[in-house]
Amino acid sequence: MATTALAPAALRPPAAVKVAARQDPVLVRRGLMAAGLCFLGLFLVLPLTAVFANALSGGFAAYWAAIKQPEALSAVRLTLLAALIAVPLNVVFGLAASWCIARFDFAGKQLLLTLIDVPFTVSPVISGMLFVLLFGAQGLFGGWLMDHNFKIVFAVPGIVLATVFVTFPFVARELIPSIMAVGSDEEQAALTLGASGWRTFFRITLPNIKWSLLYGVILCNARAMGEFGAVSVVSGHIRGLTNTMPLYVEILYNDYQFAPAFAIASLLAMLALVTLVAKSVVEWKSARDLAASRAEAGEYR
Amino acid sequence: MGWTVFYLSLIVLVPVSTLFLKSASLTWHEFWSVATGARALAAYRLSFLASLAAALLNGVFGLIVAWILVRYRFPFRRLADGLVDLPFALPTSVAGIVLTTLYAPTGWMGAPLAKLGLKVAYTPIGITVALIFIGLPFVVRTVQPVLQDLDAEIEEAAHSLGAGFGQTFRRVLLPEILPAWITGCALAFARGLGEYGSVVFIAGNMPMRTEITPLLIMTKLDEFEYGQATAIALVFLLASFSLMLSMNLLQRRKVALPVLG
Amino acid sequence: MSIEAREITKRFGSFVALDRVSLRVKAGELVALLGPSGSGKTTLLRIVAGLEFPDSGSVLLDEQETTGRSVQERGVGFVFQHYALFRHMSVFDNVAFGLTVKPRRERLPAAKIKARVHELLKLIQLDWLASHYPSQLSGGQRQRVALARALAVEPRVLLLDEPFGALDAKVRQELRRWLRRLHDEIHVTSIFVTHDQEEALEVADRVVVMNAGRIEQEGSPNDVYHEPANAFVYDFLGNFNLFHARVEDGKAYISEPVNGRPAPANGDRLAYVRPHLMNIDRQTDEPNPLSVRVKHINSAGPLVKVELATDRGDHIHVEISHERYDQLQLKKDEAVFVSPRNMKVF
Repeated sequence: MATTALAPAALRPPAAVKVAARQDPVLVRRGLMAAGLCFLGLFLVLPLTAVFANALSGGFAAYWAAIKQPEALSAVRLTLLAALIAVPLNVVFGLAASWCIARFDFAGKQLLLTLIDVPFTVSPVISGMLFVLLFGAQGLFGGWLMDHNFKIVFAVPGIVLATVFVTFPFVARELIPSIMAVGSDEEQAALTLGASGWRTFFRITLPNIKWSLLYGVILCNARAMGEFGAVSVVSGHIRGLTNTMPLYVEILYNDYQFAPAFAIASLLAMLALVTLVAKSVVEWKSARDLAASRAEAGEYR
Repeated sequence: MGWTVFYLSLIVLVPVSTLFLKSASLTWHEFWSVATGARALAAYRLSFLASLAAALLNGVFGLIVAWILVRYRFPFRRLADGLVDLPFALPTSVAGIVLTTLYAPTGWMGAPLAKLGLKVAYTPIGITVALIFIGLPFVVRTVQPVLQDLDAEIEEAAHSLGAGFGQTFRRVLLPEILPAWITGCALAFARGLGEYGSVVFIAGNMPMRTEITPLLIMTKLDEFEYGQATAIALVFLLASFSLMLSMNLLQRRKVALPVLG
Repeated sequence: MSIEAREITKRFGSFVALDRVSLRVKAGELVALLGPSGSGKTTLLRIVAGLEFPDSGSVLLDEQETTGRSVQERGVGFVFQHYALFRHMSVFDNVAFGLTVKPRRERLPAAKIKARVHELLKLIQLDWLASHYPSQLSGGQRQRVALARALAVEPRVLLLDEPFGALDAKVRQELRRWLRRLHDEIHVTSIFVTHDQEEALEVADRVVVMNAGRIEQEGSPNDVYHEPANAFVYDFLGNFNLFHARVEDGKAYISEPVNGRPAPANGDRLAYVRPHLMNIDRQTDEPNPLSVRVKHINSAGPLVKVELATDRGDHIHVEISHERYDQLQLKKDEAVFVSPRNMKVF
């Protein structure tokens, strides 16, 4: 499958250390380690530390106050709402689409795959713009929407819609290789034993792909809560109403309220760290399961 | 199955086709003058060049990072490995404000660099720095599995035949990791082109100087110049897609060499 | 070019791979390191090559201390079990590799390299495949290319790590003989590692039997097969039947077959008898004959394999010639006697 994806790599076991490295000349080893670690320190550790340092620059009291602001809380609520809608919706779609792609051959399959990649390849600003063009006041459906007094753009529905759009490939892309790798043997066996399609799906297919699914959900959620560009276009930045946390950060920053901006940012940074930890756990568990099932297979031979 | 296609059309196809429809409300002349106007051209050039520079730098350092993560043991290696995905997990606006604060003339990095006469924030350099951050995981994560799966024996074979580190790397290892490396750089490049959130703060957004294309589109939208925004977006999209397509094709030809036996 | 390993010890964590192993290989010899997995044979080979370094002990190539030198500097040719050919290079480029990475001063001009590569390809009879890629070759062809590649740099020593392990039985046999002939022609000091005793006995000038990090015995193929130093060597080099035995007046008498783990008691020793060194008779003069029943006969092969069982159900394997089988006209469930023609008592 051509990878035009801008997504993180599919679920893979954590890296182990190679043996041949003993042969690398000492100078090369030291030089590469220095270069690599400096790079990581500069571009990863430093910004991460700076977020928290700046957030607490006014002291703990100011930090809590910034987070407790009504506007901040409504931003948190909106972010959670968008994620709570986008993630389950995309899980269902992702399961359906990836199962079809992995199990069937049909005309337009390649097209479907490419289209799934579209939200990745298209800039988030353009994604947001598409929704404005469709549902904005001058948009395609704008007139119809105004007649029915239903606002999408510059309102919560628009934000949710934009979030769903930019996150929908995440689950599908993780699942497709996983479903293909599992193979249809067990499913077919279940079907011949009389299980219905749905039952087979829930009791046979799902458990086999549970780690990839979980991985996709984690990524989907991280992006859903963190999306900025697309949501920015669609939201209209109406304070207290159409700001998600990433947008609220921007507003505070542009108002020169640096410490509060970083306070909210630190919440998002903590979410990011939780995401990274969750990812590692899933990777580790899936590798362990894989090793265990391989060992089992070996025993039966 | 039919339901999947329906959902897909609703979520993707309708928005995508609107792009073309809206463009039609401009005359051809208007379309052309906006899409290729001086301001737009400056934005395209900045987007492409900054993304390219960032992708190449990520190419070099991403390869080094992947190399040390796979081949060497050092304290906190697992932590470093997990942290590589931070740019994926962190919301772009958070990245944007922290990088700006770091590299502003008063920032932790900006201040010492200013003493050396280097201005980072509000310049194309700052944009490149942000794009390096955002593209960091791409090269590392595409090259890592390939390095991981490399057979230690071919290196040992090369050594036993008298090849030193440099020769072994150039002639034996590099051909193996090249396709993945190119893919990683291409992905970083494509991501950089469309990036908005992490760049818009550090850029300063001065038209003709530090205005990236996504920001230009955003500005036009704010001014309700939907037609113009669409025109610029369309040209930019087409240029990006054809670039990605040609990179895909180029890569496929390179890999068309000996298939795995 | 002689090879010497002195008191080599190597540990991997708590696992002792080699325990003060010493070995000498004369110039031009073809030596087999034979043993089961985990015996340390591959580790020893890799230490000689410089791909691993010992915890203690030394390696000398041509009487010169080489222990600390990198593999690049040793001038060894190494052949891997899975060929380790460079996928992205043609057969020609693979074989030429060692010649093209030499430092400028030592490097041959391109024309000479080309001539040498073709010479080697002709030697391995694969000249016609020069511009093919490894993926287009069969396993046997790949291994020959790997060998040519190792020989191209005129190594002082050739080291082969289970070179035929990944190949089909028939190809393995062909290449075995081919390697022997090659060595007769080229006379490069060679060590090869194998767990296949047939291979070691057939190809090598000298066999070194290893087990659990130690050398059990070394000698010519004849020596280790016919004069095994201990039970392990005996066991590893072929099948056998195991009996309890008594030794009286310098003669040994077997009694019951040993069932499961041998546990000698009150003067009891263990006798090892090869299947083809046992006699089957209908009558016997032995004072304490071993009486058994025929359980299974397999006459498809160079010898007839007969499986017999005692009353207690212990199995004995005997191999007799077809002529003897025709003489005896054995039938299933017949009662006969077995006795050893030759045995080893440990």
